[in-house]
Formats: sequence, C-alpha cells, structure tokens
Amino acid sequence: MSQSAQPSRSRSRSGFIERTLVDINKTLEQSIFAEKISRQKGLLQAVDPRLKVIAMIMLLFAVSLSHHLTVIAALYFCALALAAVSAVPLGFFIKRVWVFIPFFTGIIALPALFITPGPTLLSLPLGIVITRTGAMTALFLLLRVGTSVSFAVLFVLSTPWNNVLKAMGILRVPDVVVLVLGMSYRYIHLLLHIANDMFLSRKSRILRRMSGAEERRLMAATSGTLLGKSLQLSSEVYLAMESRGYRGYPRTMDRFRMYWFDWVAALVVSFVIAVSIWFGR
Amino acid sequence: MSLKPLIQKIPRWMLLYYTLFALWVGTTAMHIPDGYLSPVTCIVMFVLALPFWVRGVQKLREKMSAKNIPIVALFAAFSFVVMMFNVPLPGGTTAHAVGGALAAIILGPEIATIAISIALVIQAFFFGDGGILAIGANCFNMAIVLPYVSYAIYQAISKHVALNSKRWIVGAAVGGWAGLTIASFFAAVEFGIQPLLWHTADGTPLYAPYPLSVSIPAMVIPHALIASVIEALVTALVVAYLMRVNQPALEIVNKTQITPETTSFVRWRALWVGLAALIVITPIGLLAPGTAWGEWGAEELTARGLSFVPKGFQQLSGLWSAPMPDYNVPALGNANIGYILSAVVGILIIIGVAWLFSMLITSSKNKSSEISTSK
Repeated sequence: MSQSAQPSRSRSRSGFIERTLVDINKTLEQSIFAEKISRQKGLLQAVDPRLKVIAMIMLLFAVSLSHHLTVIAALYFCALALAAVSAVPLGFFIKRVWVFIPFFTGIIALPALFITPGPTLLSLPLGIVITRTGAMTALFLLLRVGTSVSFAVLFVLSTPWNNVLKAMGILRVPDVVVLVLGMSYRYIHLLLHIANDMFLSRKSRILRRMSGAEERRLMAATSGTLLGKSLQLSSEVYLAMESRGYRGYPRTMDRFRMYWFDWVAALVVSFVIAVSIWFGR
Repeated sequence: MSLKPLIQKIPRWMLLYYTLFALWVGTTAMHIPDGYLSPVTCIVMFVLALPFWVRGVQKLREKMSAKNIPIVALFAAFSFVVMMFNVPLPGGTTAHAVGGALAAIILGPEIATIAISIALVIQAFFFGDGGILAIGANCFNMAIVLPYVSYAIYQAISKHVALNSKRWIVGAAVGGWAGLTIASFFAAVEFGIQPLLWHTADGTPLYAPYPLSVSIPAMVIPHALIASVIEALVTALVVAYLMRVNQPALEIVNKTQITPETTSFVRWRALWVGLAALIVITPIGLLAPGTAWGEWGAEELTARGLSFVPKGFQQLSGLWSAPMPDYNVPALGNANIGYILSAVVGILIIIGVAWLFSMLITSSKNKSSEISTSK
C-alpha cells in the first residue's frame, strides 16, 4: 500500500478529484491491457500456469542469490527474449520496467555511489568521490530490482488472473484465501467504477473553489460512502452465492494438465536456474 | 537550544542526501521491491508472517457462516481502491493513505491481516508494486504490524465509550499514526540489516546498501511527519463520517465476535495484541536512550571540525563499513540494535514454532483441496 506525496503541478483547487480520476483510470487501463496480452498467442501463454508460478519464484531467487552482475544481466536478457516470443511489445516491456517501476530505486541507489567506502573510481569536482564499491552496489541494486520486476511483469502479462489464482493452490495457499483473492480482484474493478462515478458526478457539481477542509471532508465522505457500499454489496454477494448453492466449500471446474511442451519448458527453465545459481555463487 | 544553528551544523551533502532518501521513502513507502532484501531475509519474514496468516484464516473459518468471505473480499477491494484516492493536503499537495488502520478498526486485526495481505498480493502480482519474494516482508510490516498496533491503540482509547464519543476519532487517529510509524520502523530494520549481513568479500553490499544508522532515521522520520499523519487523518475522518451516517459499519468487529467461542477468542486476541504490543514497544524503549543517531552525529561533527570534506567522507565511511557478522559495529550502538533485533526475531520464531505445533496438533480437519475463483 503505497502513499506518495507528490507535489501538484497546478494549484487548482479541485485538483485532487482529477488526480484521483486519473489514478483510477490508469489502473483500469493497465489491467485491461494485461488481460489482453495474456489472451494472445505466445510461448509463455502456452505454458502451464503452475509451472510458471514455480519457475518465476525460482528465477527470482536466482536473481536474488547471484553475487555476480553478469549473471543477473544474463537473466535479464532471458527475460527480454521471453517477452519477444510472448507477444509482449518490447518497447512497452522495457519502458514499464526501467522507467516506471524502479525509477525511485535510482534515487535510493544514487547516494550509495558516494558514501560507500572503497577505492576511488572517479573524482568529481568539490571533492566528491565515486567509489568502485559504491558503483558496484548501486549497479547491483538497480539490475537486481529491474530484473526481478521484469520476471514478475512477464508472468502477469502472460497469465490470465483466474489462472494465477488457480496456480496459487499448488503453493499451498488455503482455498479460502484464494477464493477471497479472486473475489477481491473482481470487485476491485466494480469499486473502481463506482468510485469513478462518484468523483465524476461530484466534479460536475462543483462551481467554486473548495477550501482544504472542505476537500478533506469530501474525500472522507466519499471513502466512507464507498465503504458503506462495499459492505452492502458484500451481503448481496453472499446472498447471490447462497442462492447458487454455495455451502462454504469452493469448487473448481477445470484442472490443469502438463503436456510434453510443459515438461520441456520445465526442463529448460530448471537448467537455466541451476546454471545461474551455480555461476552466481 | 534553538534548532537553527543545529541545522546549519549539518553538512550540506547530508541534507541533500536525506532529502533524496526522504523523497524516495515518501513516494514508494514501504512497498519493498525485490532486490532490496536478501533471499534469506525474505524467507525469514515470510516465516514470521505465517502464523498471523494462519490465525487470520482460522478466524475466518471459525467466524465464518461463510458470510465473512464476501466482507473480507470486498474490504480488500475497498482498501485497494481507497489507496488510489488522493488526500488533499495544505499547499495544494495530495498524498495517498494506506487504510490499514481503518481495516483493523472495522474488521479486527486478525482478519484485517488477511484483507491487507490480499490487497498487497494483488498489488505485487498485478501492478508490480512491491516485490514477490518480498511479500512476506511487506505483509509483515503493513498487514501485521500496522493493523495490530493500530487496533491495540484504538481499543485502548475507545473501549467502553459511547458510540458518539470523540474518543473513537482520537483513537482512530492515534492508532493510524502509531501503526504506520512503527511499521516503517520495522521496514527500516529490514533494510538496515542487509549491508551488515550480506556483502561481497571487498565489502560491497549486495542488497539495500544503507546501514541501520541511516535507514532508521530516513524511514521513520518522514513517515512520522508525513505518511503517518495522512494515515491518521484519513482514518479519523472516515471514522468520524461513519459515526455520523453509518454506525453499524463500526460495530461489525464487535458483532462478529459474538460467536459460540467468544471466550477463547477474546483470550487469544488479548494474547496476540499484548504480544504484538510488547514486541513492538520493547525495541522502541531501548532505542530511545540508545543514542545511536545522536552519537553518530557528534562523531561526524568532530571529524568534520578536524578535516575537510573528503576526509570527513572517509571518516564517515570508516564508521559505516565495519560490517561484522555479530552486529558489533563500533560507535553506532548497533550492538544494541542487533541485540534487540535478535530478541525480536527470537520471540517471533518461538511464537511461530509454538503456533505451528498447536496447528499440527489441533487442525487438519479443514482440508478441502478444491479451490475456485468463482463466487
């Protein structure tokens, strides 16, 4: 759950409504885009989701365990190659990882360049020194975060959410939790739409500038109303579940089967993981 | 002593550095991405969080009548959406709140843990916010420490008070503030132990590069001043709103407690809240006189008085490097911090093991293997 304090570009008084609308719509857009890619034909889309979950986690461990930059870089190129054969637009993929997500990792890595003790790499004016150790640390952090995020993004883009959930079953996530996860995800979209409507309708009725206190009251009232709506909705959902025969035990319809293709993929990915952990020691 | 000369004494590069760090902390908050924590830390945090998840799921199952499932699902969805709301702040700035304290107030901490964890998992898997290996750590900070601390404080302040009393609002605000601040402290500790424990032979840190002496003030101070204040504001405003228009929402937590097993539930809850509070309070109390931050500042200043900046750099670097496996870092009071840390970890591991044992003995009755995503 992130909280970001972002300076406003304009001093316009109803800015917070617009910004909230932008955030809501971006989220909706993003999930529609992911869903679209996950339904296209591609290498990763064809792989059993259970295998993908395990492979992703093992790959993240490989990235995380490596003590060598080259190994992490090699794994990143694997991610790029996988993206290319899985209908993920490369430009989008690179941009999403390197521009948006670890943007702030750059900020955190920057001071490490100067304050980590070690042999001098570069002397800048004003007596500022970039140390070799510092540069290595910063590179490690950036590359590790970027590569980890790449694998996670690849997984999400190539797997429909329903399959992600079903695959969680094999990670021993309890059925109740999986059920709740699935419902949450579905209702996030409904609530986003509801919130969108609430803010839009409010915005259309604002005639003058609001004071800060008024804005905060409006925000609290909207949150509180949304909460009330969620609670009301939850009892309706429960009634709907009951009317369709829900008795406390969720059931699933389709099961996954491993085909020869999945076994080959499993073999290849195990090899890659083993090699990178070996060389990354 | 007035504040101004003190601020002037701080070297400018340090101010710049902390500004950047605060900027980072303020924007990404405690969503720790993969790559910041070593795999071992990730696993340890996961193990630490596990008993709380088990507890939450148990609570769900025992309170269930299946009716809680949609409530939790909707609440997780609500937390997710509410995080997207921009809170207007003075000066035309906006910021996001977590909503963890609100979840704890309405659902109780055990179930809030599940609801927030779910929101975090969806964020990590789907929106790349927070790492996947780091889910254990993120859940521990934001889905366990935050709701349990907030709820304990909220309860302490608002217990046995009429529903129209201002103390509900005060409790919500204080709970939200303290919960998020303490959660940020835990995140800072997780960051700060990385360079101590994991580095290459030549001392290059492999993961998050900053030691406890940097990570704790850099995480806790901006959170205490900004993020936690926002959390307090949102929690209090929403609770105030609910008191006016939707009081039943505030009573859900009490209602669901009326189960056949009320007594055992209350006993357990008291134990968990008490334990969480104890664990949380212990290091804080010891840290306060522990002068880690002040001591370091003084040494830095003398060093600065004696030599020019580059040497100051080196002096400082000398202070910061010394990554000893036994936490024995000179001049930082890190021996203290390390001690407390291992105490905390020890306590939590013991709780975890005890819990898993009791799980093994008592349960295995509720094992339905089928899973589904349909309602």
